[in-house]
Amino acid sequence: MADRSFSISRLPGFATIAVIVFVLLYLPIAMLVIFSFNAGDSVAIWEGFSLRWYPEAWQNEAVKAATLRSLQVATAASLIATGVATMAALGTTRRRATRGQSFVYVMINQPLMVPEIVTGVALLIFFSSIKVITGYQGLGYLILAHAAFCTPFAYLPIRARLEGMDLALETAAADLYASPWQTFRHVTLPLVMPGAVAGLMLAFVTSLDDVVITEFVKSAGQDTLPTYMLAQIRRSVSADINAISTLLLLLTVVLLTAFFLLTRKRT
Amino acid sequence: MSTPMDPKARAEVRRGWLLSAPALVLLAVGASGPLLIMLVYSFLEAGQYGNVEWVISFKAWFNVVMTRDIFDGTLGFADAHLTIFWRSAKLAFLTTVFCFVVGFPTAWFIATRTPSMRTALLFLITIPFWTNLLIRTFAINQIIRNEGFLNTGLLYLGIIKEPIVMLYTDFAVFIGMTYVYLPLMVLPLFAAIDRFDMRLLQAGYDLYASRWQLLRHVIVPVVKPGIISGSILVFIPALGAYVTPRILGGGRNMMIGNFIELQFGQGRNWPLGAALSVVLLVIVSVALIVYTRFATGGQDKSHG
Repeated sequence: MADRSFSISRLPGFATIAVIVFVLLYLPIAMLVIFSFNAGDSVAIWEGFSLRWYPEAWQNEAVKAATLRSLQVATAASLIATGVATMAALGTTRRRATRGQSFVYVMINQPLMVPEIVTGVALLIFFSSIKVITGYQGLGYLILAHAAFCTPFAYLPIRARLEGMDLALETAAADLYASPWQTFRHVTLPLVMPGAVAGLMLAFVTSLDDVVITEFVKSAGQDTLPTYMLAQIRRSVSADINAISTLLLLLTVVLLTAFFLLTRKRT
Repeated sequence: MSTPMDPKARAEVRRGWLLSAPALVLLAVGASGPLLIMLVYSFLEAGQYGNVEWVISFKAWFNVVMTRDIFDGTLGFADAHLTIFWRSAKLAFLTTVFCFVVGFPTAWFIATRTPSMRTALLFLITIPFWTNLLIRTFAINQIIRNEGFLNTGLLYLGIIKEPIVMLYTDFAVFIGMTYVYLPLMVLPLFAAIDRFDMRLLQAGYDLYASRWQLLRHVIVPVVKPGIISGSILVFIPALGAYVTPRILGGGRNMMIGNFIELQFGQGRNWPLGAALSVVLLVIVSVALIVYTRFATGGQDKSHG
């Protein structure tokens, strides 16, 4: 029986294409990682194993500053995004659907629908006026912009978590004379927590990876790691970019694996 | 809707708004609001050193497609702009089609594996999806550049005598976009195929349908919402792509995204940049409206 259902769903050539797709999907990334350990500075000719590009990249002051800035912005933005997303998710789930709810939903998901370049341009225009009026040039603009486009990524897993929640638990707590705050603190919050952590990680990764919006919003000397890399790639290719990419890749994979395990437990 | 709400329900609604308020404010300041300001800017005069003069003008909108000859003042189509629009539309379309052609078999393959295998393969598709787009584009750059892996390999094997120039061509942008946006096609296709009832195939076989006929008349119509989702998800970012054409297309093979950026850099024509952004936004909105019509049309929302 199992054998039979396998054969009916098999379509000629599909498996071959799929395997090729998987190989081609990973080959370029694999090459990039492999050549970050190349002793020479070619990206195509292997000259022996070496770790030289990693310290070399790290000794570059510009890389160091960009890395720290990226982490700063991603941390602040993902915390803000997760905070407002958690509140919004609590406000838009666990009750009868209203028209207001879909408005909130559209507003929060808006960054997913607008091309990044358009958001980037709009923010450039908006912030340039604010910069003139207030004279403030700091990282606040980047954090605000990142927090805004990270919010939908934080919101979705939290909402999914809340929608799967048993409403009776809150009612039960109230029946047992728990105050609304106690109910929230001891019942709702622990249940939301895995969703919030998952959302925080997605928001962090999203912020860390952003190039386009950052490119438009940043003031002079505010390069993040991706915008620094973008500028470097256009100039020349040197293997230290491979080393930075590999580390960034590693961080993404670690966070994603954690996210995956965190959200899978439930289902 | 018309029945008056009891106080408890009303309090609940108010609480909902209060809890959503911080997110709404953040998104209004950091995303939606600036779009409206951008629209205003598209109707202003360009400042000499960038930014704008606060004079109402339709020049930017006029310049989107038309141009006035600097010598004799005659009107004509802005060929350079039209070329860029055409290239963007063509590349985004080709990318979408090719992503579907290779994405569909991949999604089908994943959906027909055992559950544990399926989870693993989905994870493998998801990783590139979340991996920095810049890094993935850069990886492609390294493969196809003249002194890159592909050319070096082919030269070494004696298949070619000189490196094939692939970088900084439309072809490179097409390959790069297909590579970076493919997961966006595979994931919704998988979701649709996963819900597909394989017994329909059995029924089709019993009625002497060939595999091709099954694909054409049973599978594709049923998973259509997934096909539309995937196509929209690929087409929208591909049309507004900025990083991929910049790294793989070089200065001459601009797409709309790069052309918009140019207006805020060397071009010093913010209103034109704003107008072009509005055009892009409108195209994307139309695509999204078409999407909601088609993707949810089957669930009988047509009268609503």
